[in-house]
Amino acid sequence: MTSLRIPGPDRPDAPTGAPGDVVLQAVDLRKHFKLKGLGSRDVVHAVDDVNFELRRGRVLALVGESGSGKSTIARLLAQLMPLTGGSIRLHGEDAAVRNRRSFRRYVGRVQMIFQDPFGSLNPVHPVRHILTRSIRIHRGRLRGAELEEALVELLDRVQLKPAERYIEKYPHELSGGQRQRVAIARALAADPEVLLADEPISMLDVSIRLGILNLLQDLRDRLHIAILYITHDIASARYFADRTMVMYAGRIVESGDSESVTQDPKHPYTQLLVRSAPDPDDLEARARGARGEAPSLVKPPSGCRFNPRCPFATDLCRTEVPPLISVGDEREAACWGYSDRPDRPVLAPAGRGAERIETEGGAA
Amino acid sequence: MTLTTPETGARRAPADDPVLEIRNLSVDYGYDDDPVHVLRDVSLTLGRGEVLGLAGESGCGKSTLAYAATRLLPPPGLITGGEVLFTGRDGRKTDILRLDDQSLRESRWQDLAIVFQGAMNSLSPVYRIGRQIADGILAHRPGMSKADAMARAAEMLELVGISPDRLRSYPHQLSGGMRQRVMIAMALALEPQVLIMDEPTTALDVVMQRQIVEQIAELRDRLGFSVIFITHDVSLLIEIADRIAIMYAGEIVEDAASLDVYQRPRHPYSSALLHSFPPLRGPRRELTGIPGSPPDLAKLGGGCHFRDRCAFAWDACAALAPRLTAPDVADDDPRRTTACLRHEPERVAAAGFEAKPVPAELAG
Repeated sequence: MTSLRIPGPDRPDAPTGAPGDVVLQAVDLRKHFKLKGLGSRDVVHAVDDVNFELRRGRVLALVGESGSGKSTIARLLAQLMPLTGGSIRLHGEDAAVRNRRSFRRYVGRVQMIFQDPFGSLNPVHPVRHILTRSIRIHRGRLRGAELEEALVELLDRVQLKPAERYIEKYPHELSGGQRQRVAIARALAADPEVLLADEPISMLDVSIRLGILNLLQDLRDRLHIAILYITHDIASARYFADRTMVMYAGRIVESGDSESVTQDPKHPYTQLLVRSAPDPDDLEARARGARGEAPSLVKPPSGCRFNPRCPFATDLCRTEVPPLISVGDEREAACWGYSDRPDRPVLAPAGRGAERIETEGGAA
Repeated sequence: MTLTTPETGARRAPADDPVLEIRNLSVDYGYDDDPVHVLRDVSLTLGRGEVLGLAGESGCGKSTLAYAATRLLPPPGLITGGEVLFTGRDGRKTDILRLDDQSLRESRWQDLAIVFQGAMNSLSPVYRIGRQIADGILAHRPGMSKADAMARAAEMLELVGISPDRLRSYPHQLSGGMRQRVMIAMALALEPQVLIMDEPTTALDVVMQRQIVEQIAELRDRLGFSVIFITHDVSLLIEIADRIAIMYAGEIVEDAASLDVYQRPRHPYSSALLHSFPPLRGPRRELTGIPGSPPDLAKLGGGCHFRDRCAFAWDACAALAPRLTAPDVADDDPRRTTACLRHEPERVAAAGFEAKPVPAELAG
């Protein structure tokens, strides 16, 4: 591993462990947004009771529809906004930032890449300025040859080679994929342990997406960075992530290794999501008549938040919030159907042929 | 409602009863001495009742083609040649490119309607949606009373699955999927014969995308209009389109029935495009993506424009420009065409190059 850890402040507090070690932990994460309006006490329940761990050299995908709270989680983990409840732990210690200095220290270890590389790079500065600024903030004042070397290494790392060709360019002179690479290089300048990638490919062209995913994969394997990959495209989660978490209306509804979550989804919402994806190989076996939309998060449905759209919902689902129940090897689903309660709903088998009938009963 | 299965008779021969014929359409960008030739002699036929998919990377001219054919091209776009023949229900042919302003105004919406890219933002935020739909109807039916137009608007909303009491809603009170459906309702209000949809589902999540696509399919079956569906998501097109035209660098490189494109692509670019999506189902396969990026349309040379990114290019590709011809594969659908020199051995030989056979990957 050629290290990016050239000059820069030493970090005695950053243990370099083996791949698989927990780096960042979200514990009972909760975020409620206050609604505007005089005397209004309503809040948007954007994120409720979310727990997960990011591990060294592993990719965790967070999948969900728009408005399910995915990006809010990324912003909370980047500490761009305060938590309503719960805590964020970095190597087991509470990482809540209280002042500017602790925030700087935190972002040196947890970096974020945004969805829109057109908006996240300042158009009035060339690549050199964008990267130099990040290097200076996170590694101290480098100058001359040292700085030059660091810049070239960063651009090399994101496969913008030869570096001279890109370093003096302005963002508008680069293509979408190149811009996203510059944004990734900027994040890498901090030599982070965690990368929060919020829909890093959804604004890019189809032919470029794969390149960015492969680049992130390379960073995971060579630098052992822990990556949170946020996406609405569950197929790309299967391709790229080690584990996948599915979110619905602010709660985690299912988690497990990516292959089993996509091939054998347990939660009725994940099943709907997987069946809704286009499948050119099997034009008959797809979700039909799926109706309804994500619920209002101001007054979320009581009990399981998916119950108004769920074909199996019973009174239990409408009154009590299902916990994450173990449904197999390191897999969990928040659905009462997998509990041992006598009043649990009966789920139809998740075989692909039988699924079509299920959703037709699902009215919103 | 199955659109793509041959049994339903959805695969009508496109040339038998064309509703829109684009012939040798050329478009330039820029008024100076050195304009960019964005479209060069593009010909495309849309059959009555057919769903035609238009796919390709961004910047390959998909939207330009649709906007030029409807004369909606914003400056500095300039149509430099060709004709767009529209055949009305009475069998009369009119060339849209030669209509005067008055008849063009009458023809729009009535004959040919378009749902724009980012339709979610195409609604005016300051008017209720009922009024926005009724305005369009009244502009084309001057004799109609406001109440009748409102009733028609309510009918249209119901058609796309939105409750008519939403007529008095403002766009911000609707979800993204509902706004998209309002746009479709508006486009269908005057019962056009051709509906052009420019990336109508790109901003939506998969569950909503599936609902919209099913709705379009169902309405198409009920009302019998034709659709040009523009997207970069080829797997979605395979499901909903009868026929797919793949564009590259301002030219159509392959035009075939949608299942043929998926199972038997004949052009290296179509094949590469299909291999840049991670599949959600089936075995995990190696993704190749497409190396490089689309060519700069201002600096196009001769020969095949895809040759720099093509695994099958040889010296003939730099000299000869491929033409759209029937593929050089036995037992292929005679109506399908592709533009690749591998399928034109006689021409290659006549020009003095070594003729190479169709590679096995493109002849399966």
